[in-house]
Amino acid sequence: MFNETVISEINEIRGKYPDRRSALLPSLYIAQREFGWLSHEAMTCVAKTLNLPEADVRGTASFYSMFKNAPVGRHVIQICTNVSCMILGAEKLVDIVGAKYGVTSGGTSEDGRFSLVIMECIGACGTAPAMLVDTDFYENLTETNILEILDKYK
Amino acid sequence: MENFLLRNIDNPKSADISEYEKAGGYKNMEKALSMDADNILGEVKTAGLRGRGGAGFPTGMKWTFAKADPKFPKYLMCNADEGEPGTFKDRPILEKNPHLLIEGMVISGYVLGAEYGHIYLRGEYPEAKDILNAAIKQAYDKKYLGDNIMGKGFKFELSVHQGAGAYICGEETALIESIEGKKGQPRNKPPFPVNVGAWGMPTIVNNVETLSNLPYIMEIGGEAYAKIGSAECPGPKLFSVSGFVQNPGVYELPMGTTLRDIIFKHAGGMRDGKKLKAVIPGGISTPVLPETGIDCAMDFVAMPKAGSMLGSGAVIVMDESVCMVKVTYRALKFFEHESCGKCVPCREGTDWLRKILGRIEGGDGRQGDVELLSDVAAMIAGKTFCPLGDGAAGVVAGMIKYFKSEFDEHINDGKCKFSA
Ligand SMILES: Cc1cc2nc3c(=O)[nH]c(=O)nc-3n(C[C@H](O)[C@H](O)[C@H](O)COP(=O)(O)O)c2cc1C
Ligand code: FES
Repeated sequence: MFNETVISEINEIRGKYPDRRSALLPSLYIAQREFGWLSHEAMTCVAKTLNLPEADVRGTASFYSMFKNAPVGRHVIQICTNVSCMILGAEKLVDIVGAKYGVTSGGTSEDGRFSLVIMECIGACGTAPAMLVDTDFYENLTETNILEILDKYK
Repeated sequence: MENFLLRNIDNPKSADISEYEKAGGYKNMEKALSMDADNILGEVKTAGLRGRGGAGFPTGMKWTFAKADPKFPKYLMCNADEGEPGTFKDRPILEKNPHLLIEGMVISGYVLGAEYGHIYLRGEYPEAKDILNAAIKQAYDKKYLGDNIMGKGFKFELSVHQGAGAYICGEETALIESIEGKKGQPRNKPPFPVNVGAWGMPTIVNNVETLSNLPYIMEIGGEAYAKIGSAECPGPKLFSVSGFVQNPGVYELPMGTTLRDIIFKHAGGMRDGKKLKAVIPGGISTPVLPETGIDCAMDFVAMPKAGSMLGSGAVIVMDESVCMVKVTYRALKFFEHESCGKCVPCREGTDWLRKILGRIEGGDGRQGDVELLSDVAAMIAGKTFCPLGDGAAGVVAGMIKYFKSEFDEHINDGKCKFSA
């Protein structure tokens, strides 16, 4: 089960909505933060804390791409390849990163350092190509600066 | 035109409440709270404000429907899902001018008699989340939010709700489902959200940019506002310009500025002296226009006549190096991935379009594939639960209309000449 601090954090969020199910997305984010991904156990904790059927929790979680259904690396590289980024070379960046760190799209490197996710538009099209590493934005990427940036994430 | 929506954003501390107040911020809210709510609604109608989220629905009309519903409480939802590829216009407001949005939401809440507001923020904007939360806290501390705002007897509670990476949650009924903790699948309409929305109550969903226009309408009045830009849908408009232009970025320009002026006058023209080939004018869901089609006024009335749509005002500029089949294929990968799966024409149709486009781009296209694409697109258009499928169909139809020869070339040559 979640510890007391997490439970009170979730209870506080519940107060913002007229019903408890509405606290589900925020609670799934908290569970993902606590467990690293939404394991069976993590979702059971959410279901118990919000007093919701587990099927509802799992069904909702599976709909959203930012909820992870498998463990991820220490850092998640999220490269946008939608049109504005693609026409400015994003696919090449995916290849370069993949080759350098031995990670394929949707996968995690063997050393557990990086997971690679191909993203839809992340709202940085004016400074394309762009990526998010965990929650940090990087824009105007080039074939060289992307590796320098990623080098900082150990 | 002087910037309003992007006023002050070059100030590195623009997101701070004291800087916002120094520039006259929250004065318009104070003025509004001393006025009769119906009079403000009258100003919004006189202003001719139309929703900036993509559909261009008249805001005053939507609000009139919501006000007419006797049920309380009413909920005001700010749509900050900004998921339409190519669009990054709400981001500067959210990150650099959050108090403008908060001020706009309090004014809107007052007009609507809505005491609760939620900002549905896309999950991919983690910075904006922290900035908004900090700004909301500052506004509470100053009594610009909460009970009895500025001693005027109006209450408005505001919080941020973070989405989790589903484009469809930008559609207003899917947004409501999502905020209720469910899968983001659109609801049947009617009933419309203004009558039965979140938690069964009247719910008003408006885009970030729409709500951020309220302080401006208060400041200059509906009549002066109606004189900005296009007569039929006036006001300032944010355009996100990306792709092969000299100066990509967000531009605040009068509604109805021509596509040509946006690209060549404001965004500095083409990069590296290359030739313009095509433009997607309003985000990936809007049909492409060829180089010859850019003398159109960018507004909700003129763009459909020009064969496309204003959408979110996201202008994606492509030069001769860009393969149109590849762009179409990438767009369909997006639609297939983001289709919520609720209705068959969209779920199956986008999958088929993506597969056929993939084989054409990969050099395995078959004779008749272009006709097949048109057929499948026609079977989606107008037959889906929400406009996501229509968008996908329109993109394919538009590309074939203007660039059919490129599809034929791929099929006949068995390769893409652009991917060296
Ligand atoms: C598939 C789909 C995605 C949408 N995404 C967004 C979005 O990200 N932001 C937005 O404001 N409106 C979006 N809309 C439009 C909303 O449904 C709705 O019309 C809008 O939020 C109403 O606000 P407005 O009247 O201020 O434009 C989307 C619509 C569809 C069909
Ligand atoms: S297309 Fe890549 S950030 Fe928008």
